[in-house]
Amino acid sequence: MSNKWIIAFYVLPALLLIGIFIFIPLALSGYYGFMDWDGIGAMTFIGLENYTAALQDVKFWDSAWHSFLLAIFSTLSLLIYLAIALILASKIKGSDLLRKIYLIPMLLSSVAIAQLWIKIYNPTSGMLNQILLKIGVENPPAWLAETSIVLYAIFIPILWQYAGFYILIYYAALKNIPDSIIEAARIDGASPVQIALRIKLPLIMGIVKVTIVLAVVGSLKYFDLIYVMTGGGPNSASEVMASYMYKLAFDTNNFGYGSAIGFLLLIITLVVTYIVRKLTATKEEIQY
Amino acid sequence: MKQKKAITLLFALFLSILVIAGCSNSDKEKASGSGDSGDEKTIKFMHLWPEGSSKTHYTIVEEIISNFENENPGVNVEVEVLSNEQYKDKIKVLSTSNELPDVGMTWAAGYLTPYVDGKKFTPLDDILQSDLKDSFVPGTAEAYAIDGKTYGLPLELNIATIFYNKAIFDEYGLEAPKTYDEFKNVIKTLSDNGVAPIALGNKDRWTGSLWYMYLADRIGGADVLTSAINRSGTFEDPALVSAAKEIQNMVDMNAFVKGFNGLADEEAKSMFMNSQAAMYLIGSWDLPNFTTNEDIPKEFRDSIGFFNFPTVDGKGELTSHVGGPGVGLFVSEDSDVKEEAKKFVSYFVKAWGEKSVTQAGVIPATKLDASSLELPQMYIDVLNELSNATNITLFADVQMSPEVAEVHLTQIQALFGKEATPEDFAKKHEEALSAQ
Repeated sequence: MSNKWIIAFYVLPALLLIGIFIFIPLALSGYYGFMDWDGIGAMTFIGLENYTAALQDVKFWDSAWHSFLLAIFSTLSLLIYLAIALILASKIKGSDLLRKIYLIPMLLSSVAIAQLWIKIYNPTSGMLNQILLKIGVENPPAWLAETSIVLYAIFIPILWQYAGFYILIYYAALKNIPDSIIEAARIDGASPVQIALRIKLPLIMGIVKVTIVLAVVGSLKYFDLIYVMTGGGPNSASEVMASYMYKLAFDTNNFGYGSAIGFLLLIITLVVTYIVRKLTATKEEIQY
Repeated sequence: MKQKKAITLLFALFLSILVIAGCSNSDKEKASGSGDSGDEKTIKFMHLWPEGSSKTHYTIVEEIISNFENENPGVNVEVEVLSNEQYKDKIKVLSTSNELPDVGMTWAAGYLTPYVDGKKFTPLDDILQSDLKDSFVPGTAEAYAIDGKTYGLPLELNIATIFYNKAIFDEYGLEAPKTYDEFKNVIKTLSDNGVAPIALGNKDRWTGSLWYMYLADRIGGADVLTSAINRSGTFEDPALVSAAKEIQNMVDMNAFVKGFNGLADEEAKSMFMNSQAAMYLIGSWDLPNFTTNEDIPKEFRDSIGFFNFPTVDGKGELTSHVGGPGVGLFVSEDSDVKEEAKKFVSYFVKAWGEKSVTQAGVIPATKLDASSLELPQMYIDVLNELSNATNITLFADVQMSPEVAEVHLTQIQALFGKEATPEDFAKKHEEALSAQ
């Protein structure tokens, strides 16, 4: 048996699984996008009608804008995660315990997190408004009921949910930097801030780029907490692309249109990923 | 090194087998599942009352199935239970792949239409005419009829009434209102005293729709909303617009609990159950919580009463209700055991009618002799309301097609949240209804 056969054999199970569960459904949803289909009866081919309708659909672009906002916020919050990771990695007391604490939200299921934050945000008995009342805020907002703030109110648990994940990635990358380099910098008289910004950060830049892509892609296709906490409401104020797609396909029985939106979501994500990679590309990778 | 390679190889092999086994297994299931293997016939049945969350319902279903199996040797009933939302998703997926269970649960009117258009459900008029003749409350089985054929047999019948906390009412010297002016006075008194008048969880949206439907019924008469939906009228009817205005008046009076647009119905319910709000408009499916449910303090249950939605400026009938049948049973058109499945459905409906109200507190859609049963007073009152009802308007989001229902529900949130004017609200409905 030649080496190539063995490689093919090893790759096969994963390839099969990905093919069956990802690529075939992807192609199918693109195909369903050409159909007028209620998901139950017969399909009729209507060409590009669903796609052109989606491009003119104000609600779709509203939800796309909400998804982009989430992508922007998640990317910005990477800075905070990076700062936390830098602090944790610099051998402070109790960093081990803190790291575990930051990781806990990641271990909870999205639905549990949603239930938790629904309770926190409850307009009358919720923890947040109770605290606000105690410190003298007279009429604290009903966080999940007001169209102007609901979106940002949901962003907070979403960012909180993934904080541990990114901190862990950064932490691991930082721990990988050889001590000798840091030692050399210190002997040359670099301050801790200089070491962090001039030595550590450039050395983990590759990882940072990956996390930016992860954060952007993850945000654009985000669904869970929004679905459980508000269902996209009130009055579509917290609708994102994925929840809008779900609503069209499953609540209004418009599978053709929902599939078209799903396919557009894929294309948008691909394009944005490409742009992000272009923007963050550097000519030379720093090696150590 | 060699050993490691061998282990990896084994693991890869194992995974491939898993994939292959996974695929072939489902084939086998399909072959033996709904067909008949030898003399044994198997009816696949899916329902949405899991043991955990609806224990009493679940138990009755189990009883009915085992009785049916005993009386019909050679017929097995294979049950799959899912909770409500999962059930709705799964039934949709199963119907796309033509794998519907032989018997399952459906909702009326708008929900049913795509399944009937796709020829997924079989007409049940034959058992309705023979076995179950005259056994349903008029208007209930009809909600499952499309083009003269009935595709589902209802199990439940509900009307929405306003439940109120007598203890809170007594504290402020209030009485159950008969007219809308009295009702507004109740709201104002409670609100002035810092008590939240009405618990409303409008994140779920159909809850707000109930309030709108009642106002439309009282202001414009029993038919105005229904005829707007079935296109014999228009949604820009002045009565429908002024009902929308009245909703916003109520919002301005602080009639509803704070943040209602972000609260789920369950959260609103728990506010009412914790005496944090004085009134709660909900279907009679919640009656057990106010009568027989031992998990709820007796003191609270005893302090709950209900009244019908008041008349508005002398218009409307107190005996006209919003409500309708809940879930019903369907038989799949592609079923291999259609005869047995129909027999099972008929058996189920009858047995359910006898047991549901006494054992689970569910009012069945089949006719009931209330005097022969020992029931809590509130049940008897609701059953009397049902038998005296001059009209029952089916829930708007059930009447409408799924697409229009989505517009309606979104607009309800917008109306309550004052992001849409009453005129816009009516216009959006009219557009959606005339577009289909």
